[in-house]
Amino acid sequence: MKTESLFLIGIGVFFAAIAAIYWFISYEDGGGMMLLGSCLLGFLPGFYYFYWHRRFHGHKYFYWGKLDRVAGDRPEDHPDATMEDGAGVINSFPGSSIWPFTLGMGAFLLVLSLVFGTWFLPLGVSLMLFALIGVTAESRRGGHV
Amino acid sequence: MTDVIDPPVIVAPGAPSVPVVHEHEEHHGPEEHGPSGILKWLTTTDHKIIGLSYMITSIVIFYLAGVMALLIRVQLATPASSFVSFQQYNELFTMHGSLMMYLFAGPFAFGGLANYIVPLQVGAPDMAFPRLNALSYWLYLGGSITMLLGFFVAGGAADFGWVAYAPLSSATSSPGAGADAWIMALALTGFSAIFTGVNLVATIFYLRAPGMTMWRMPIFTWNMLVTGILILIAFPVLTAALVMLFADRHFGTHIYTVVGCHTTAFAGHPSVPDPNACGSAVLWQNLFWFFGHPEVYILALPYFGIVTEILPVFSRKPVFGYKGMVFATMSIAALSTGVWAHHMFTTGVVLLPFFSLLSLLIAVPTGIKFFNWIGTMWRGQLRFTTPMLFCIGFLLGFLMGGVTGVMLAAPPIDFFTHTTYFVVAHFHQVLFATAVFAGFAGLYYWYPKMFGRMLRDNLGKWHFWIMFVGFWLCYMPQYILGLKGMPRRVAVYPSNLGWQMYNDLSTVGAFLIGISFAILLWNLWISWRRPVPAGNNPWDGHTLEWFTTSPPPHHNYTHLPPIRSERPTWDYNHPDALVISHGRQPGENGHSNGSSRNGHSNGSGRNGHGGAPGSPAGVGIPTGAAAEGEVAPT
Repeated sequence: MKTESLFLIGIGVFFAAIAAIYWFISYEDGGGMMLLGSCLLGFLPGFYYFYWHRRFHGHKYFYWGKLDRVAGDRPEDHPDATMEDGAGVINSFPGSSIWPFTLGMGAFLLVLSLVFGTWFLPLGVSLMLFALIGVTAESRRGGHV
Repeated sequence: MTDVIDPPVIVAPGAPSVPVVHEHEEHHGPEEHGPSGILKWLTTTDHKIIGLSYMITSIVIFYLAGVMALLIRVQLATPASSFVSFQQYNELFTMHGSLMMYLFAGPFAFGGLANYIVPLQVGAPDMAFPRLNALSYWLYLGGSITMLLGFFVAGGAADFGWVAYAPLSSATSSPGAGADAWIMALALTGFSAIFTGVNLVATIFYLRAPGMTMWRMPIFTWNMLVTGILILIAFPVLTAALVMLFADRHFGTHIYTVVGCHTTAFAGHPSVPDPNACGSAVLWQNLFWFFGHPEVYILALPYFGIVTEILPVFSRKPVFGYKGMVFATMSIAALSTGVWAHHMFTTGVVLLPFFSLLSLLIAVPTGIKFFNWIGTMWRGQLRFTTPMLFCIGFLLGFLMGGVTGVMLAAPPIDFFTHTTYFVVAHFHQVLFATAVFAGFAGLYYWYPKMFGRMLRDNLGKWHFWIMFVGFWLCYMPQYILGLKGMPRRVAVYPSNLGWQMYNDLSTVGAFLIGISFAILLWNLWISWRRPVPAGNNPWDGHTLEWFTTSPPPHHNYTHLPPIRSERPTWDYNHPDALVISHGRQPGENGHSNGSSRNGHSNGSGRNGHGGAPGSPAGVGIPTGAAAEGEVAPT
């Protein structure tokens, strides 16, 4: 997780530097804001990952405070990890689901309503709402369609 | 139904492979999940089927856009041709560019190949968010249909170029539903791309198999990670810009337009626009190119990854400079986000030194990549199979396109060649070399894994050589045309300027390319009708996807080899070979994690993994320990 966090923080650092240089040379709003946004895109998840990396290694926060239990690296971060280290359920994956298709077609109709005529709109919005309820219920039920 | 995934069994080199039967497979078999037939394709959340859906759709779009390119070239073969009308010509080049850029090159790579290959390469059972993955595809399909519907509305399809510059894309200059269809189609596919980017990053960060550290990931996966981040930087800007463009056209806003924003209060002159109330056409260019230039690398980096996978396999060597490749990819991606205004040099309102310098700097990491690609082949045991030939075609074509890109990064040259065929030739060579040459390399390389059957190598070579000749014949004359002053986006040109001969050569080249694509269809048909079984690993591949069956089972793996380098399948199949890895070695990490790290000392430096002397594996896992200790409970 350390590599991931450094990768993302590196993005933030790069954009912070570029944004500062660009802004103080050009004073151009559009580009400055986009570079600043990209900087945050790196820093926000980067520091989140870094926080968890530190926690896995016994730090309560980033650098201060101690936890009783040290989890250590995740198996995928450890060069000599074995399958025993990753034992247990990996995740729960839906085998099939009709709701992505329904939601996608609802969005498609919504777009068509903006282009060709508003009579598509009720159909598209209804389909999207139906699909959102369906996919949420599917997740709550444990995935049975 | 939901599949709860247990980890696959890890097998040691030489140990018999014992397949794991998951609970849900006892009665149905590994391939029988959920509905069948057409309903299977509609309801699937399997990354492999979604990846294939992406690839099939994007290739259909690729052929459609290719036909449009041929129509354009027929029009330009004679100076005053009336093969198509001016309006049709504008629609053709707009839709050709839009289909190729937005709906083929990107989705084929990050929607198709990455979707299929990345989970396999990191040892994951699926993408991190399978339903979001399926939704991405349906949004992409809906967006593609919406864009193509533009041809069937009054006024025709969008005709303002694939960049949709304001105010040409305003309601005043481009009225009609075709333009709206274009805008909304891109908004829809923009969301699709963002979801795919999220999925790729989450899959690579969270679903790697034990031992698959970041520094052991295949370069293709690394490139897809960087591409995913680039997508998350670039596509939201485009989608927001498109929504604002739509608002300008229909809701009376003036974000990009200066027409209709007059005020009676401004300095007592009712007809003078108020600069504080008007929009800015250049703002569109800023927003668009902040997306548009990273988009070039969103299209290029996956294909760089493909080439970096294929060259080592057919050179029978590890990739030269693994970490250098990764850092070069990161550098290219980072720099690509700071060069957007080199497309806007001639507007006169951008910071020339800043954008020129960063644009020129991109040549450095790209040069490192070239050096490493050549280093990978250097003194290797080269096998000139079809995928390898396409990779070499990529290297040559991209080199030419890249060098002219460096020229265009210099403002004095750009001022002279902007909006001429020189730029057309440059970016067609860059994108054709990446998306088409390297894309076909990937298709020929991974087709056996996807379908369990081979494509014919002799037909593939015919495909390559005809396309290779057509490529150079099509685009090199366009450089000369550009230097002679022929502007882009013109349907007719004067006959007395000596441009026709070069246009004719270009047209012949385009038709050769078209013929080569027909050979691919024939090859696919032959492969379908008379299959030649591929086996699991027909190329003696290095990475994890070649360890599983062809095609892979549902959720990909029933067992895995030990992952002790970035070439786990090679290590497994060649136990006597030296293991070369670039990540932390066992024993270097300083984190003791109990008994499971059972004595992997790193006694042999960077090139060894501490396997006992004479161990058949050479992978740092005593065979007995692996057989006994590394079988996961199932």
